[in-house]
Amino acid sequence: MKKTVITVVGKDTVGIIARVCTYLANNKINILDISQTIVQEYFNMMMIVDMNGSLKPFAQISSELSQIGEEIGVKILCQHEDIFDRMHRL
Amino acid sequence: MINLYEVSETNKMIEQENLDVRTITLGISLLDCCDGNLKACSEKIYEKIVTTAKDLVKTGKEIETEYGIPIVNKRISVTPVSLVGAAACRGPEDFVVLAKTLDEAAKTVGVNFIGGYSALVSKGMTKADEYLIRSIPAALSQTEYVCSSVNVGSTKCGINMDAVKLLGEIVKETAEHTADRDSLGCAKLVVFCNAPDDNPFMAGAFHGVTEEDAMINVGVSGPGVVKEALSKIRDANFEVLCETVKKTAFQITRVGQLVAKEASRRLGIPFGIIDLSLAPTPAVGDSVADILTEIGLEYAGAPGTTAALALLNDQVKKGGVMASSYVGGLSGAFIPVSEDQGMIDAVTVGALSLEKLEAMTCVCSVGLDMIAIPGSTTPATISGIIADEMAIGMVNQKTTAVRIIPVIGKEVGESVEFGGLLGHAPIMPVNPFSCEKFVSRGGRIPAPIHSFKN
Repeated sequence: MKKTVITVVGKDTVGIIARVCTYLANNKINILDISQTIVQEYFNMMMIVDMNGSLKPFAQISSELSQIGEEIGVKILCQHEDIFDRMHRL
Repeated sequence: MINLYEVSETNKMIEQENLDVRTITLGISLLDCCDGNLKACSEKIYEKIVTTAKDLVKTGKEIETEYGIPIVNKRISVTPVSLVGAAACRGPEDFVVLAKTLDEAAKTVGVNFIGGYSALVSKGMTKADEYLIRSIPAALSQTEYVCSSVNVGSTKCGINMDAVKLLGEIVKETAEHTADRDSLGCAKLVVFCNAPDDNPFMAGAFHGVTEEDAMINVGVSGPGVVKEALSKIRDANFEVLCETVKKTAFQITRVGQLVAKEASRRLGIPFGIIDLSLAPTPAVGDSVADILTEIGLEYAGAPGTTAALALLNDQVKKGGVMASSYVGGLSGAFIPVSEDQGMIDAVTVGALSLEKLEAMTCVCSVGLDMIAIPGSTTPATISGIIADEMAIGMVNQKTTAVRIIPVIGKEVGESVEFGGLLGHAPIMPVNPFSCEKFVSRGGRIPAPIHSFKN
């Protein structure tokens, strides 16, 4: 299973997680892990998701998530897990 | 499992420190396009390139989206055209036809450069090699995407001084042919010693005759990432400094390896090599010179620069080699002037001269790169500069190159703007004393004694 990492970074506000999770649920994307911190009102979240059941192709999910990010004032990135794995694991 | 800190670190490298994959270069052999008829040869070349590279740009963009890493350039390198066109071309004007074909093919598949308008003449020139070299000024002024390179020397063969003399004239002529664009043609012409067969970087990329039919080679980058890592250890000793460069180079190269394998898999074309070069761009923070200042020099060019560059180059290789299954190309730190804001600043304040750059090329990966000199510089002087650089490569068993731009109509004190990734540069002074008699002797310089290892 190829996992995808979704990162959300930006100023904290009400409903960020709800908005992202709703979108993922509507598109049949399963969340495997969530970790999140807030440093000086700065919201930093990482989700590991499984997109195998996704209703839409990767590029579309990625651009729609980034659009949602713009709407709520945060930056949302969607990347295959491999890039992090390769850089940080032997 | 990967954690939040690691994910943030990677994304910070990409977003703030200009980490990118500089190029995916698809090498294509054109040896099966040889034909005695120019038109037929030209058609075969076009067909082969557009068929082999039809998905290159699309695939590059897909990988960019899925991994969130920019892949700045998608490029093509081909078999040296002097070989491919040898049977078909009866004069320099025939080679220009093939240059235009390459240009057309590059435009069709959407790549931003095509390299391999090249000749390999380290020992001698065939008629076709000479025609191709003589066609370079016209070819580069009449095409947009074509890059040219000529290998005039090697550790095994010595230096072909006839070709060096001719190329002094050709560089000057190319500058004159593109005088209306600040002599931009010369930015697409590289003269090499010990040119590698699998270099993915332009303008010197070509697909060597020792390669497969098609091959994916990838050039990584990331001077900004190295600089940022070093900024956290400003007072540390050399051991810590070297370890930090090595670790960072490892991380950068692992990303390059991932992209290369993925591109290879999706295109169904074998993976060749990763080129471990730190390639700067004119963007602020994407500079090799800035790494040198971070190491402790006021400006690149200050005493100590050659030592600092030697260390940097070596650690980049040590870190990168373990991160990739196959390493090749040029692999090291590039030190172009116009493409690196820190270098430009160093030249502007008078810290960096042509002579110091020459010394730096003894330990860096390539050579005198993207240096603007006065338009009044004579062809013989340009040949002398080329000969010096070739000698460094020949004796030190390394690749060296000259990409120098005599900017027609401009003198020291003025500057030139090439735009985009090619950047801008102040015109640098050149030693005014003559080498006319030296470069006019004719013949070749024999291979050095330490090349006889058999």
